[in-house]
Amino acid sequence: MQEAKLKAEHVHTVFTRDGKTTPVLEDISLEVADGEFVCLLGPSGCGKSTLLSTMAGFLSPTSGEIRIDGEVVRGPDPRRIFVFQERGVFPWLTVEGNIAFGLFHLTAAERKQRVTHYIRMVGLEGFEKAYPPALSGGMKQRLEVARALAVNPDMLFLDEPFGALDSITRLVMRAELLRIWEAERKTIIFVTHDIDEAVQLADRVVVMSARPATVQQIVKIDIPHPRDISSARYLQLRDGIFQQIGLAHKI
Amino acid sequence: MNSLAEPKKWEKFFWPLLASALVLALWHYSVARTATKIFPSPQNVGKGIAELFRKQVLWRDIIDSLRRVAIGFGAAAVVGIPLGLTLGWYPSANRVVNPVLQILRPISPIAWIPVAIILLGVGDHAATSLIFLGAFFPIVVACVDGVSNVPSVFRLAGRNFGLSPVRLLTQVVFPAALPKIIVGLRIALGIAWLVVVAAEMVAVDSGLGYLVIDSRNSGKRYDLVVAAMLMIGLIGLILDTAFRRLEKIKSVRWGFRDES
Repeated sequence: MQEAKLKAEHVHTVFTRDGKTTPVLEDISLEVADGEFVCLLGPSGCGKSTLLSTMAGFLSPTSGEIRIDGEVVRGPDPRRIFVFQERGVFPWLTVEGNIAFGLFHLTAAERKQRVTHYIRMVGLEGFEKAYPPALSGGMKQRLEVARALAVNPDMLFLDEPFGALDSITRLVMRAELLRIWEAERKTIIFVTHDIDEAVQLADRVVVMSARPATVQQIVKIDIPHPRDISSARYLQLRDGIFQQIGLAHKI
Repeated sequence: MNSLAEPKKWEKFFWPLLASALVLALWHYSVARTATKIFPSPQNVGKGIAELFRKQVLWRDIIDSLRRVAIGFGAAAVVGIPLGLTLGWYPSANRVVNPVLQILRPISPIAWIPVAIILLGVGDHAATSLIFLGAFFPIVVACVDGVSNVPSVFRLAGRNFGLSPVRLLTQVVFPAALPKIIVGLRIALGIAWLVVVAAEMVAVDSGLGYLVIDSRNSGKRYDLVVAAMLMIGLIGLILDTAFRRLEKIKSVRWGFRDES
């Protein structure tokens, strides 16, 4: 097997607040292959976002380490972009300005070409000069994904990116993300608390336990895209994960 | 009037004009009713304004006042914005400087008049330095507040794209804090206009503040006193309205509405 793109090795994280220590991540070990789409699944507050922030280099683990391409992660890096919920777009920049944000090292002509390419990819043509307050939630989210893709990263970290969208827009966004992923083959780590979302998107679903988070189980989703969400295999996998979550969180 | 309905075009002007007319009428009636010899009627004040314009003093006084405000307020912005951004960016520096700022801030610029006159003499420098003091603190406080309240997602996103600290400050933190900074500048400009009038009453011999005190001292011309007061109010309104236009600029408008 080829060397993993991302490797978490015995990651422990303990938060200290007001002299009280709370263990958040406990002995997380995980490997993600190059070009793989992995979902971290768990309920709100279980520590999955903490794990994602640690992978992105925004937080340092208390012990253990995250390696990407064999190098220990010591901070954020433009080769790996973190996508927040749509709150992450800059409201003082236009759609174009947001997408060009990370392209300051390119010439004006290259920048223009990239911006045009990604505006088309996420379907924001006609909104180049619009400011984010004039966009819908789904459009803002597409804009943030475009901004991330424009710097040509090899990994994307998505933290419940569709959590604030209505359920129909969410379905559309999932299809769009899959389309983009199939076109660009970035390694994607996607945090969600939605079992269906995880089973629809991921190659593998990492089911996390309640806090302190541990890896409860890793489920391989062996259904080719586009996935038929009423197929027997889909329902079987989904119910299996549902049961795992139930075991992990005693619901 | 239904408060939810968009006011019609004529209503936007009609109701404020009606309110102003009512105040004028009340003023006129009160002066006529009490038969006061001291307080001028609106007509007298109108004649006063015309007289000031005819003698060419009004323009000179308005320009002098505006010039002092421009210099004092401009200097306060030039010094205050970088200082406030720095203090907001380095909370440890802010902790050191903040107590001094908080002690100096509530002292009215008027209280500085004697000190300003000792240090700078009677004249323009004393007046502009008082305006500077009045405008400086609100600007610094607004910048510190603006910077320290920049949502952390913006900072994280900026760092993620590999921005240098200077770029992060100029391209993320400053534009993110700009709506709050504009509010601070607007408050500071209002204070500057208040202070210039007070400063001109003691430190210089021109400007609208001087016009007020001089009209009283030389011949108790209360029609001119009130005329000067009206001009002060009118110019204050124009300055504020002009400044509010900044809030409409597209790259800061997000900070002034319920949208994000």
